[in-house]
Amino acid sequence: MLTPEGDFDARSRAALATPALGRAVRGTVDRLRNLRAIAEADADLTRQRRAAATEARTRAIDKLPELLERFTRNCEARGGVVHRAPDAASATAIATSLLRKSGARRVVKGKSMVTEEIELNAALEGAGIEVTETDLGEWIIQLAGEKPSHIILPAIHKTRHDIRALFEKEGGTPLDASTTTLCAHARRRLRERFLAADAGISGANFAVAETGSIALFTNEGNGRLVTSLPRLHLVFLGMERLVENFADLAAMAEVLPRAATGQDLTSYFSIITGPRHRGELDGPEALHVIILDNGRSRLLEDVAFRPVLRCIRCAACLNVCPVYAEIGGHAYGGTYPGPIGAVLTPVLRPEEHAARELADASSLCAACSEACPVGIPLDELLILQRARNATLRPKRALRLALRIALSGLMGDKAHGTSRRLRFVAKVLGAGTPQRRALAKVLPMLARSEAVRALPVIPPQSFRELWKALQAGENTRAR
Amino acid sequence: MRVGLFVTCLVDQLRPSTGVAAVKLLRRLGVDVVFPETQGCCGQPALNTGDPELARKAARAQFRAFEDCDWIVTPSGSCTGMMRHHTPELFRDAPEAANAAHLAARTLEVSEFLEQVLRVKALPGRFDARVTWHGSCHGRRVARVGDSAERMLASIAGVQLVPLPRAEDCCGFGGSFAATFPELSAAMGATKCAHVDGTEAELLTGNDTGCLLHMESLFLKTGRKTQVRHWLEIAEEASRERAPC
Ligand code: SF4
Repeated sequence: MLTPEGDFDARSRAALATPALGRAVRGTVDRLRNLRAIAEADADLTRQRRAAATEARTRAIDKLPELLERFTRNCEARGGVVHRAPDAASATAIATSLLRKSGARRVVKGKSMVTEEIELNAALEGAGIEVTETDLGEWIIQLAGEKPSHIILPAIHKTRHDIRALFEKEGGTPLDASTTTLCAHARRRLRERFLAADAGISGANFAVAETGSIALFTNEGNGRLVTSLPRLHLVFLGMERLVENFADLAAMAEVLPRAATGQDLTSYFSIITGPRHRGELDGPEALHVIILDNGRSRLLEDVAFRPVLRCIRCAACLNVCPVYAEIGGHAYGGTYPGPIGAVLTPVLRPEEHAARELADASSLCAACSEACPVGIPLDELLILQRARNATLRPKRALRLALRIALSGLMGDKAHGTSRRLRFVAKVLGAGTPQRRALAKVLPMLARSEAVRALPVIPPQSFRELWKALQAGENTRAR
Repeated sequence: MRVGLFVTCLVDQLRPSTGVAAVKLLRRLGVDVVFPETQGCCGQPALNTGDPELARKAARAQFRAFEDCDWIVTPSGSCTGMMRHHTPELFRDAPEAANAAHLAARTLEVSEFLEQVLRVKALPGRFDARVTWHGSCHGRRVARVGDSAERMLASIAGVQLVPLPRAEDCCGFGGSFAATFPELSAAMGATKCAHVDGTEAELLTGNDTGCLLHMESLFLKTGRKTQVRHWLEIAEEASRERAPC
């Protein structure tokens, strides 16, 4: 859901006005990039791993309806119950009704972007159910009343002092800002919630069609507690997160942790197949899987954008994004920030102008596409989205000026246009009174001048200099 | 061998000295480069602002302008990427697909031309400076120019090429991006500036005038003394000593 205040431009400027945010984000993504560089240092092996993962994901998306059916059959054969939710409202309604029926009052949650997408916590709290996020970063965000600003590190924008303040408020006791103290506090408080919980809600990194299993890659151990301690377990699964079999899951295990955190494997890798079976010691009495569509079917039909469904939410594209590094995730305004957010948000919410315009939130440097372990051409999709947007909005002054300049600078007209363009440039050159007047009415010009020195227009263009060059004269430009 | 210079809009209008340097350097290396005067823009600004139709129009003008050239050389990694990668994509399944492929196959960034066609191993002359390199993202990831320009630059006697940390990161220019989000663009540039400061280079160079003008505008605004020049201007100045033009 996009935050109502302003657009990307306004939100990114607000983020830039908070230098501590940029420092925190830049520092953390820098560390993650270094770790990933080590984990992916073997270029040949990395290429092979990525190719295998891309193939597995592409195949899964190509036969998604069939795999969803197989997953459902196999999951239910092992005692799970599978629900299909076409949109956010139906997904939250299914969860609320399941929790109500089982009399659950207290819920512990593992990290899940899909539940962020559907704003599950708000819906559950509205139904009188107490929800506790148990992933450390998610808990911090929950205490702050914010949304995640990174796909795998939701509290990336928070400093340890921010966190201490939040924990002190939550626990009512003074704390120091050391990692040990803060973690111990979280562990103690969250353990109480785990033991008191009636139900656990988790996401799923992947669902395996062949066995009806759910696979979770986690690092904190909270995922295990969420999925095995309470008597009821609800899994939220994005409709596209299927793999066909265990070999494909292994291919995912080869790329996801490396791309995400530079780990060879996460600390925990859980595969859950159905609820507790007869003779087993732990696990929930009941397991429900809620599969969310929420625009994904539309993506499946959209041939150009279909590759986006391959995404495994590793966040490698965020970590290398120079735009993200400066402004963090909230500026994107949607559930998914960074390059994947800029690509996904417009296609998931095409009816919203502000969502569509997120395609502009990129310098098109293509670092994201290079980092993506499943080969999604993010920069090219942004260009494509811009073309779609252009048909829907009034031509902006910038595009109009471009049109005139570019059309003129072709073929036989080129010379004349070049001269006219230079005349305009000179009249409006840095420091001229005309320019100052124009800057007053064109806010973008004034904003540019506030941050950069504008280029000095040289007396002659190359076109003009060429004549002399051709004659072999020793022409000095500038 | 007919070699056409595609000078690019930014060089033509804002930094013609780079185009002049390209012509002089190539002449000194024995290539009589021509400037087809009906050339226009590669079309990238149109494509990136959501106007593929205008980009196609620009490309068609390029097809005609460079029709009789064996090679099209350009001082911009970014425009190379447009003509080599995006243009064929724009005409996929279109009648002009062959023209686009032909354009793409002949387009080289100047350093690529020096290495791959002229087989230059080292550039002549001398240029004494501590220099750091910012290659454009499109040159790197779309055109895949590789390290040819850095190699050519480093081959000049006296050039001390200091690696730029996080050299692969965007400087924040991004064409229309810089005009649409000036503060964000400048913030990205500020991060790049800090990396340049760390190298203690007196000169920042690269193969895209867009990035270089952007960085220069930030250096000037923040009172930095770091000079900014296209690598071709360095190479040309170095080559003057040996063969005055
Ligand atoms: S788009 Fe690629 S890099 Fe970004 S989160 Fe998805 S899989 Fe990872």
